[in-house]
Amino acid sequence: MDRIPILRMGRTLLVTVQVDMHDQLAVRLLDDLTMMITKTRARGVLIDISALDIVDSFIGRMIADIAATSRILDAQTVLVGMQPAVAITLVELGMALPGVRTALDVERGMEMLDDAGER
Amino acid sequence: MTPASADPSRPVIRVEIAENEDVVVVRQRAREQAQRAGFSLLETTKLVTAASELARNTLEHGGGGYAELEVCTEGLRRGVRMRFVDEGPGIADPEQALRDGYTTGKGLGLGLGGSRRLVSEFEIETAPNRGTKVTVVRWK
Repeated sequence: MDRIPILRMGRTLLVTVQVDMHDQLAVRLLDDLTMMITKTRARGVLIDISALDIVDSFIGRMIADIAATSRILDAQTVLVGMQPAVAITLVELGMALPGVRTALDVERGMEMLDDAGER
Repeated sequence: MTPASADPSRPVIRVEIAENEDVVVVRQRAREQAQRAGFSLLETTKLVTAASELARNTLEHGGGGYAELEVCTEGLRRGVRMRFVDEGPGIADPEQALRDGYTTGKGLGLGLGGSRRLVSEFEIETAPNRGTKVTVVRWK
């Protein structure tokens, strides 16, 4: 079964999305991450989407749902690596991803979680 | 909408939309056509995102259908025309459906209205029980 792999680094879960996700794959990622946060007592979730050529409203909503769900479970989500063209398009589409913390790359995302004491 | 002539040397690509994975195929084909039309990265990203939204609409609200994607020209300009056709329940009030936040189901209601902002021309033909046909053009 298709799945996006989730890596554990200390108290952070790292997800690198490298395939063009169909909707079910995105839903499965939300489910898997939610279970993993609870199981590993993670405090941070880092989602790297630098390989994604587009983020449409469905994938955008999944990202927002992951951020909201992790917050309820006391973990912080940081989205990293969004391509500039994707950011412009997403805003034009009407999705500014409020409530989702972002960083330019994985390194800065990790720093952000460090600063928040989430690792 | 001004009728843009199809380029005879460039074939219409047809994609059946019956399941989730087909939306990904539509995105890939839209990207190929954008490259054929010489779109920039940003133009390509906007076209492919619009294709994704409209293909999902065809699947979720139309119960499936097909997409036709072609490079088109009008005078000196080039663009990509995309048509999404289903034989689903249709839309009683298209203007309402185009408004942001209007949704009949699990979506955010950004599909139609959002994709309209990402293209140059947008046309919708629909009526209750008559299916829905959405035609969009994005010019380079």
